[in-house]
Amino acid sequence: MAVTPIVISGLVFRRGGRAVLDGLTASIAATGITAIVGPNGAGKSVTLRILDGLLQPDAGEVRFGRGAGADVRRALVFQRPALIRASVEANVALGLAAAGSGLGRAARRERIAAALHRVGLGDRARDPARKLSGGEQQRLALARALVGGPDLLLLDEPTANLDPGATEAIEELVRGEAAAGTKVILVSHNLGQVARLADDLLVLDRGRAVEHGPAQAVLQAPRTAEARAYLKGELPWTAFAAA
Amino acid sequence: MMESLGQAVLLVGTLDREVAAIALLSLRVSLTAVFLGCLVGVPLGAFLGVTRFPGRGVVVAVLNAFMGLPAVVVGLLVYLLLSRSGPLGGLGLLFTPGAMIVAQTLLVTPLIAALVRQIVEDADRELGEQLRSLRLGSWRRAFVLVFDTRFSLVVATLAAFGRAVSEVGAVLVVGGNIAGFTRTMTTAISLETQKGDLPLALALGLVLIGIVLAVNGLASTVRAAAMRAYG
Repeated sequence: MAVTPIVISGLVFRRGGRAVLDGLTASIAATGITAIVGPNGAGKSVTLRILDGLLQPDAGEVRFGRGAGADVRRALVFQRPALIRASVEANVALGLAAAGSGLGRAARRERIAAALHRVGLGDRARDPARKLSGGEQQRLALARALVGGPDLLLLDEPTANLDPGATEAIEELVRGEAAAGTKVILVSHNLGQVARLADDLLVLDRGRAVEHGPAQAVLQAPRTAEARAYLKGELPWTAFAAA
Repeated sequence: MMESLGQAVLLVGTLDREVAAIALLSLRVSLTAVFLGCLVGVPLGAFLGVTRFPGRGVVVAVLNAFMGLPAVVVGLLVYLLLSRSGPLGGLGLLFTPGAMIVAQTLLVTPLIAALVRQIVEDADRELGEQLRSLRLGSWRRAFVLVFDTRFSLVVATLAAFGRAVSEVGAVLVVGGNIAGFTRTMTTAISLETQKGDLPLALALGLVLIGIVLAVNGLASTVRAAAMRAYG
């Protein structure tokens, strides 16, 4: 099924006595690429993990249209690709372990080959995954995420450790997935990347959404002081006040 | 001493039948015990490595403590179970290699499970979030992590083999050290030393050390090659 608008209502998530998310509320479009930015500790990665279902909020909820999200196929790509010591194709097969449990062997092989071809690793299927370069490993992680045909693709700083060439390759893939109808939510500290990829931009600060709108508009003329401070690269003065 | 050592080397070098028979029985008993220990210990350790449940800390603490189970106490326990008046006396296993396998399996299973638990738990810290995100259940995550850490698990298996092949207390109690039937290298070394037949004791000692070194060397070589290949 396609993702209907994602409605985040009053999310609260506490860890170690601190509210990482403190009533986060936002409505995210059903299509295109949404970028989430904000200073470290703003709650970006936790938000992604709640959207993925890895974490459960202490309060609030996420609704995918009318449903609670159980039938929305989701995939999460982490900053560091977590690959097992096996071949490239065995790592992609993990993406089908749950998602493609109804597929026959031939169909699985076909899906795996297609996913690898899509990320440009079609000729590396039998290579050891951990012997790939950093950029190739991240493309492999993307193939693993895509092989199950996700409706919602969640990316947590997927190019943070990559050189410009590898970053460009990942961005091209993400753009292609979004164009093909997959909803993409991207967490990134790279504002250039956000400007290149994002349709809309959600700015978080201390566990709350402080601004949300079309990416170019928010980047060029942020309306709130917190968003302006972050986008200008200033340290928020409250960080010092709290310390 | 040098004379005994010379005779011991001669016994080993000429492939003395008694030495070979004792060494083969030791290997058969210990390798079977390690195999059975792996069948139970690997899944148990892996499951403990990926799951969290109330009381898990106690289970892990007990498992870790059982790594140091006194062999002679395990032997006594198995003796009581297998003795004619014991609950499993009808099996007729006491003073047979089967009883020695049972005792050594009980010795090495907690060791394997505890080491696998630690190795898999460490791997779960690195890969667990990704595997949960892929919607894999606990058993599947455990299986994937065992596969991922298979080269490290060789060390756990080696430790178990080392414990099994070198222990004397349990096999002596439940095997009885019967010549040509349940006499292993360790029980024979103990007996021959007491009898004063130092050449035979030393020969068996040399074979025992040789086996342990060879198995460790082979496993280390395979592990290093596999790590180079898979990263």
